[in-house]
Amino acid sequence: MKDDLRIGVFVCDCGLNIAGSVDTEAVKDYAATLPDVAVAVRNKYTCSDPGQAEIRRAIVEHNLNRVVIASCSPRLHEPTFRACVQQVGLNPYLLEMANIREHCSWVTLHDRKAATRKAQDIVRVAVARAHWLYPQDEEQLPVTDAALVIGGGVAGIQAALDLADAGHQVYLVEKQPSIGGIMAMLDKTYPTMDCSI
Amino acid sequence: MMDAGRHPNIELLAYSEVEDVSGYVGNFRVRVRKKARYVDEKECTACGECVKVCPIVRPDEFQQGLSTRRAIYIPFPQAVPSAYVVDIEACLGDNPIACGKCIEVCDKKCIDFDMQDEIVELNVGAIIVATGMDVYDPTALDEYGYTRFENVITSLEFERLISAGGPTGGHFVRLTDGQTPQRIGFVQCVGSRTSNPARGNPYCSNICCMNTIKDSLLLKDHYPDTDITVFYMDIRAFGKGFEDLFMRSKAAGVRYVRGLPGEVVEDPQTRNLRVFVENTTAGRIEEYELDMLVLSIGAIPRGDSELVKQLLTLSRTPEGFFMEAHPKLKPVDATTKGVFLAGCAESPKDVKDSVTQASAAAARAEVLLSRSKIQVEAITAVVDEAKCRQCGRCAEVCPYSAIKWEKKQVAQVITAACAGCGTCAAECPFDAIEMRHFSDQAIFAQIDAALERDPLSTIVTFACNWCSYAGADTAGTGRMEYPPNARIIRTMCSGRVAADFVWYAFRQGAPVVLVSGCHYADCHYINANRNTVRRVDALWEGLEKHGLRPERLQLEWCSAAEGQRWAQIMRAVEELRAHVTAEEVARTMEVLREAKVPVSSQVWKLKEPTPALLRCMRCGHEWREDYSAEKARNEERMCAACRSSSVRVLI
Repeated sequence: MKDDLRIGVFVCDCGLNIAGSVDTEAVKDYAATLPDVAVAVRNKYTCSDPGQAEIRRAIVEHNLNRVVIASCSPRLHEPTFRACVQQVGLNPYLLEMANIREHCSWVTLHDRKAATRKAQDIVRVAVARAHWLYPQDEEQLPVTDAALVIGGGVAGIQAALDLADAGHQVYLVEKQPSIGGIMAMLDKTYPTMDCSI
Repeated sequence: MMDAGRHPNIELLAYSEVEDVSGYVGNFRVRVRKKARYVDEKECTACGECVKVCPIVRPDEFQQGLSTRRAIYIPFPQAVPSAYVVDIEACLGDNPIACGKCIEVCDKKCIDFDMQDEIVELNVGAIIVATGMDVYDPTALDEYGYTRFENVITSLEFERLISAGGPTGGHFVRLTDGQTPQRIGFVQCVGSRTSNPARGNPYCSNICCMNTIKDSLLLKDHYPDTDITVFYMDIRAFGKGFEDLFMRSKAAGVRYVRGLPGEVVEDPQTRNLRVFVENTTAGRIEEYELDMLVLSIGAIPRGDSELVKQLLTLSRTPEGFFMEAHPKLKPVDATTKGVFLAGCAESPKDVKDSVTQASAAAARAEVLLSRSKIQVEAITAVVDEAKCRQCGRCAEVCPYSAIKWEKKQVAQVITAACAGCGTCAAECPFDAIEMRHFSDQAIFAQIDAALERDPLSTIVTFACNWCSYAGADTAGTGRMEYPPNARIIRTMCSGRVAADFVWYAFRQGAPVVLVSGCHYADCHYINANRNTVRRVDALWEGLEKHGLRPERLQLEWCSAAEGQRWAQIMRAVEELRAHVTAEEVARTMEVLREAKVPVSSQVWKLKEPTPALLRCMRCGHEWREDYSAEKARNEERMCAACRSSSVRVLI
């Protein structure tokens, strides 16, 4: 399987967010030299519709089986790009992100050389990881349509009623002989100054 | 309450306790013990004939012990289910020769002393924890004289005394003479907002200020001539309509005095109370003579929270309330998938907030229940049965009890319960556990790639997805500049960082390795990062044993919000790196070529507190402290001088 790895690297300018302090062209050129990289592309906004279209086109055109996107944090756009590669039949777990914005361009604002070098390194680490990514299937689990509510105070009662009103079976377990909890002990409650029970 | 009792979709199991929970999100199996009531709940009409003949008298818990009940009783008139119950500990009737009077008078024959506890098995997809709170017992605060002076009462006792359903039928009177008190004081923050553990808890209990304001208005409503004084630190009336109530209370003539009483003395004749207080607004000591003093007691976690925590593998804050999965984004999700939190079990809150949170928890549960199937992210652990030597270490470190293991059995991962932290894979001495999507090979390849160009200026950095990696993101968002030398390898949890990875990085020429994760209280995987510390402790000992500087391995906790801290860590670690020479790295690579990876640490074997020297691996600051494995598990270490988490314990 390792023999036919075809990795695509997509380097994002993010307008000037990345390109402002990183030479993205140099990062793209460097990425092209890394092992098993079949194509390296530079985009102005990779997450935009045209950016995503370009990724999909490249996957088909170059028969890519791993994708590295050098842009922002995976905590932000990993779901976006996973969905993007999935549209052309690539397993979403074959995508890797290289965080060259939050972890690089935005924290190395005044040293273009160092920032570019760091971005290249981050891409290299991501490409290395991409070599060891495999397609994964997300397991499907059945769900029992019933809920247990532990505690019959005001919170437990409200949660049980909401779920029951929505049509779900609810088991409301209360330790004491009666539900009501602390709320039932209160005479009046604020802010309405009305009866608690 | 009534609605919950008669809703066709709600099965009410009152006087019952959850004994066991197994399974996982969408598929929990629950065992409930339905305690014997000795009264047929469905047949009982609550006529009350049984009570009239019961000879046993006990303090009434519902009335805070201010009145009595019988051994057969109903907690309060509006109870749901509306049925009597027998306090079997107090009752004589389980031996019918001794008593049995109630059986004789019960027309419907619904009293049955042969009734047994019943075990009910339930299958549910979601669980909502709404176990509530307890109240602070102010007996320890000697200066207020609670229990010594009968006219000093708690705010909950006040509620019963003023309630129409209370022991005095709503006639608000003193316990000593049955007279309506003319001068009443309230003391705020009793058992709350103190740094002295003997005097309560550090947190604000949220409800007490408004409760007192409400009480003052109730009194003014019922008894307009009452003279009311409230002793407070700050009045926190922050909710919708709260300030308005506060103003109404002031306008009604309630006196607010900033300062908590230092002493309360009782006049033995009149049983009146003399209260001494420093009025910090006026800047003088004042004395008040009162007929009654109400202590506005704080909220505390329920005594059985630990049990509930263990049943559901939840996580608790240092204060003891249940912890949410994320304070902002998942405030009602518990740390266990499929479990949600509502009400005071999560933190002290009033009725409105409890109801709000309960509706939110119900909505979150419904997201789950309304689907026939759910998907689990494919980042879970997989056991290689051929490699597993059945040692059970993985099951021991799993924070979710997601690994099933019995002696001489291959470990089995319950995929649905596995959250993907990877601490089992890091722990396995036989490389028999692989994490899907975060494989060992991938991580080793990342270390190699990080050190490929100019290794001497590279800091190999492991960052957990939820906190430290996110903290680094925050530093970026805030444009906080720092040296460009760290190369981050993201793992879901710092508990995924096997000792092997760190050893390998040093062997491949890393001058400095940084392991970073969530603070103890924030660990996204309950407590998986305790394993990180244990491994780092072992690695420090191992490095030293081989004549290498242990400080070249750094450990730092950084939350998702701490961008500044991340930048500061980066600067500090870079300073350390700058002092590592090429010769030192070359020697390290030589020494470690054959060296075994250290896996156990002395610190984590200390059963009893033992005198130890604590040394900061960043700044060198040292101090002495008694240390034990338990302390290592429960207390986050931090250098008092530089706030680094790289604190080594030397015995």
